[in-house]
Amino acid sequence: MISKKMKNNNKLNCIVILLVIIFIIIAERNFDAYVIRILNLCAIYIILGVSLNLINGFTGQFSLGHAGFMSIGAYASALLYMSPQIKEVNYFITPLIMPFRVIETSFFVSLIFAGLVAALMGFLIGAPCLRLKGDYLAIVTFGFAEIIRVVFNNLQSVTNGPIGLKGLPIYTNLWWTWGIAVLTVLVVKNLVNSSYGRALKSIRENESAAEAMGVNLFFHKSLAFTVGAFFAGLGGALLGSLVMTIDPNTFSFLLTFQLIVIVIVGGLGSITGTIISATIIAVSMELLRAVEAPMNIFGLHLTGIPGMRMLVFAILLMTFVLLFKQGLMGKKEWSWEGFFKILFPKQRDIKEGD
Amino acid sequence: MTFNAFLQNLSNGISLGFLFALIAIGYSMVYGILNLINFAHGDIFMMATFFAYYAIAFFSLPWGIAFSLAIILTAVLGVLVDRFAYRPLRNSPRISCLCSAIGMSFLLQNFAIVVFGGRPKAFFRPEVFTKVFTVSGVRIHIVSIVTPIIAILALLVLTYIIYRTKVGLAMRAISRDFDTANLMGININKTIAFTFAIGSGLAATAAILWALRYPQIYPYMGIFPGWRAFAAAIMGGIGSIRGATLGGFLVGLLTIMIVAFLPALAGYKDAFIFIGVIIVLLWKPKGLFGED
Repeated sequence: MISKKMKNNNKLNCIVILLVIIFIIIAERNFDAYVIRILNLCAIYIILGVSLNLINGFTGQFSLGHAGFMSIGAYASALLYMSPQIKEVNYFITPLIMPFRVIETSFFVSLIFAGLVAALMGFLIGAPCLRLKGDYLAIVTFGFAEIIRVVFNNLQSVTNGPIGLKGLPIYTNLWWTWGIAVLTVLVVKNLVNSSYGRALKSIRENESAAEAMGVNLFFHKSLAFTVGAFFAGLGGALLGSLVMTIDPNTFSFLLTFQLIVIVIVGGLGSITGTIISATIIAVSMELLRAVEAPMNIFGLHLTGIPGMRMLVFAILLMTFVLLFKQGLMGKKEWSWEGFFKILFPKQRDIKEGD
Repeated sequence: MTFNAFLQNLSNGISLGFLFALIAIGYSMVYGILNLINFAHGDIFMMATFFAYYAIAFFSLPWGIAFSLAIILTAVLGVLVDRFAYRPLRNSPRISCLCSAIGMSFLLQNFAIVVFGGRPKAFFRPEVFTKVFTVSGVRIHIVSIVTPIIAILALLVLTYIIYRTKVGLAMRAISRDFDTANLMGININKTIAFTFAIGSGLAATAAILWALRYPQIYPYMGIFPGWRAFAAAIMGGIGSIRGATLGGFLVGLLTIMIVAFLPALAGYKDAFIFIGVIIVLLWKPKGLFGED
């Protein structure tokens, strides 16, 4: 019975992935560049949100360091996929250090490199912080992200300092972003539902009890940090190639704040919630540009007011938090059973009758 | 480096340290009572400078009155922030309070951009605060002298309030045990509002002294002092006033001394602050004065 259910679910999941693929094909051919850009952003936010949720939501380790991992990913990949010519143009003050000056790899290789470097940093940061709890961990991870930002601002021969890198080739397209988004969701979902995932959740619920039950705190916390950082690195790399320019201050804590907001709005510990909220926030941030545009109301001409967009966003965010205290989904996840229960409530009654 | 230059930097470092201490106390007090990182604290700090700016520029009030007014208005702002952003969430999970705090921070920053404009403004410095004393080659700005005096006064008043008054007793009770304090008939909401008022008032004091020192104000100016002060509060052990003061002091001194002694690493000074915090926390995971 259960295996039949799982088979059905797998079929349905495959159908959904197929639909996504068809949607991307249609989108690539018909939609204009602006809409495609928003779709790309949605996917990148999903990657970042889900990976942050693994650390903050499922493992309960309050990390504010995500922008740091993204920054590492973006730079690590850019150092590989930029052509030597572009590098020469960019590094006109201090030349780039040697091995990277002449290397040019495919986007795929650079993505893997970005993920691995970020994961290594995630491990290095996660490991010493294991003694710390709650807000102390928060400030230390924030501190690491800030240290990364400061170092990148000063390490001219690698990052080109505060000038940043410009004219990055655009490799990011819907296939890359949505492909990696689906990969992220699958990996995190399977991780969370495995025995490792249960260990992670037990750490969230009660660290001492988890340790007493034989959960290896060091291993599992490092695992969460490493996997989360890996996908943050990928997200950062994709973002860099999408916006074509990166500098250390792109990845400030404002970005981390935005990601934290995505995770909390979706519900800590719910992948589905994160996906929904990432999409909502990516789209609404664009739609809200309308409030900043010049407009005519009853013959009254208003010039656009800069800052209005974020003001409205903040008000919407706070109203939302006051109304939905657990986030959109709480800890609940999407499931086909739940979906059908909502769709066909009567069928369920009949089944129960049997 | 000569001895004079050392004294010069020491005086700068001490007064900057007191400023961070004043801001850090606000973080620490709120955290002690609500277990909440008040992300909006740095932005409350920013709003104070704008209140002072407009009191002088628009209503041409004398600076003494303008500054006092700004401090009072900021205290009121702090109470309002609590009333609308945190009080409705008193009984909900901590994390939604945090989201609300982030939202409040966005809100204040962008409110400032929309209403006051994003361009930096020159803060008016009264004649009195532009003097520079020269004592045997050491140039001491009058703000560097006034800051420690005002900060110490504020700390004394604060200590008196916390340890010698009924409200202070209530505050300590709530931070020890929220529910029991409630059962004992302490008016939780009033006490928390009072805490926010004091914390914001201290932040406003720091903000005005800050603006006298660096007379340029803009909507994002609260971010960096805010974060460094937060780091200071954490370093000292969050929830502890003594800790926040010491932490603020250390962060201020560290900022100035690194630039002074290792000019080659001046660009890395923020990194050093956080490295300092991390080292302290790895040594004492609850901060210098944290309770276990």
